[in-house]
Amino acid sequence: MSAPLLDASNLDAFYGPTQVLYGVDLEVVAGGITTLLGANGAGKTTTLRSLTGMLDTKGEVRFDGRSIAGRATEDIVRLGIAHVPQGRGTFVRETVEENLQIGAMSRRDRAAISADVERVYGYFPRLKERHRQQAGTLSGGEQQMLAVGRALMLRPKLMLLDEPSFGLAPLLVQELFEILRALNRDEGVSMLIVEQNAALALDLADHAYLLETGRLVMSGPAGEIRNNETIRRSYLGY
Amino acid sequence: MELFLHQVLAGLATGGIYACMALAVVMIYQAIDSLNFAQGEMAMFSTFIAWQLLQWGLPYWAAFFLTIGISFVAGVVIERVVFKPVQNESVLSHVVIFIALFAIINSAAGFIWDFTIKSFPSPFGTRELFGQRLISAHDAGMIGITILMLVLLYLFFRYTRVGLAMRAAAANPESARLAGIRVGWMVALGWGMAAAVGAIAGMLIAPVVFLEPNMMLSILLYGFAGAVVGGLTSPLGAVIGGFSMGVIENLAGTFIPYVGRELKLTIALTLIVAVLTVKPSGLFGRTVETRV
Repeated sequence: MSAPLLDASNLDAFYGPTQVLYGVDLEVVAGGITTLLGANGAGKTTTLRSLTGMLDTKGEVRFDGRSIAGRATEDIVRLGIAHVPQGRGTFVRETVEENLQIGAMSRRDRAAISADVERVYGYFPRLKERHRQQAGTLSGGEQQMLAVGRALMLRPKLMLLDEPSFGLAPLLVQELFEILRALNRDEGVSMLIVEQNAALALDLADHAYLLETGRLVMSGPAGEIRNNETIRRSYLGY
Repeated sequence: MELFLHQVLAGLATGGIYACMALAVVMIYQAIDSLNFAQGEMAMFSTFIAWQLLQWGLPYWAAFFLTIGISFVAGVVIERVVFKPVQNESVLSHVVIFIALFAIINSAAGFIWDFTIKSFPSPFGTRELFGQRLISAHDAGMIGITILMLVLLYLFFRYTRVGLAMRAAAANPESARLAGIRVGWMVALGWGMAAAVGAIAGMLIAPVVFLEPNMMLSILLYGFAGAVVGGLTSPLGAVIGGFSMGVIENLAGTFIPYVGRELKLTIALTLIVAVLTVKPSGLFGRTVETRV
């Protein structure tokens, strides 16, 4: 196995005085897909937000050999971590194409940016059809695709995806996960995915962590967790 | 009829100034969700800087553009030094900071340049345009510069990368950070631009109202009125609101008996109340919806 691209150790997180993560140790290997599972309120979203510096944390986080704990969100993002947030973070008054341009705001290579816009349209032809439309008029599924597209515009080494299947029709979910798989396979983008739909996530991922009330309770290869009936029954509910 | 046209055109000229102030207020409001009460005083101080430069013998347009540059830098510095440390505090803290800024800038101007009224030159002269009595050259110049500036601002926000980044930072700061945009600097840039716009407004209106530390007080009130009437979330609405304020003020002062000069400001405030009662988001504003 290769060296971890992202490596968090003993990570605590706080909302004001309230501690919400307790000593989380978590790795994403380069080129791998890791999933973070758990019930509502277990701290999945909080973990992602801690990794990109969106709340107060203690502990060490290393990305690509550099320490990123305590740094500003925009600086962490510029190192190559694209975070697709819960709620999609759409710029509703801007057009679809402007949304993609916003995703590339930290880059200066104009020609490559235009090429990347076309590349995103290649993955999501629906976005191309609507490229002049205000992004707020898109359906939920289209906005999710736009969020992934905007993240791709950063040319990320690692993508953090927060509930990418949320609110999507089953067919769209299949389509989106196929694209994520292709991105990982063809472009080597590593991923850390938070999902409610555990079956779907375990199918895509090669490694899984299980989170319960702010603490990691289990980790292992995705296949093993998928096939362990006790874990499935007690934690994943299917 | 000629009186009517004359009043409309003169109203558009001062309305352009209100539009500038309304726009400056909206630019900052969109970035930080607070009204900058010191916007007018910042504009007044800029105008004094221009006056000082002219006293030192600079040609008008050199002083004009130099003042815009100085005001821009000062706006950025004020945001970084004064506002950034309290940006996450409550709205009331912001209000107190802005009132303090208002008082400090107002007294500083009085201390440096004293409170006597000074005349400020117009680059266009005060004669009537084309020998007609419809509009003076200065009024026409005011309208021209205001419109030119508004068009440039529109092009900047619509077609440049920095403009897009500023829009993104104002619309959704958290998502903008996740795209690697340095939101704090975008806010500072907004302050700089608002200060520059205010400086232009101050220099253009000073030949009409004369230069003194309290010159922008009622002008900022009309600017607020324009911004509220047009909608604090809509730059275009604020501009239209500002222009309408100028025209309504002039027409009411001329044609409605008893209003005259003294009650003109009352009209602006009445309009604020009326619009807020009927359509709280302003004529062009949108209600902010949050999806949960």
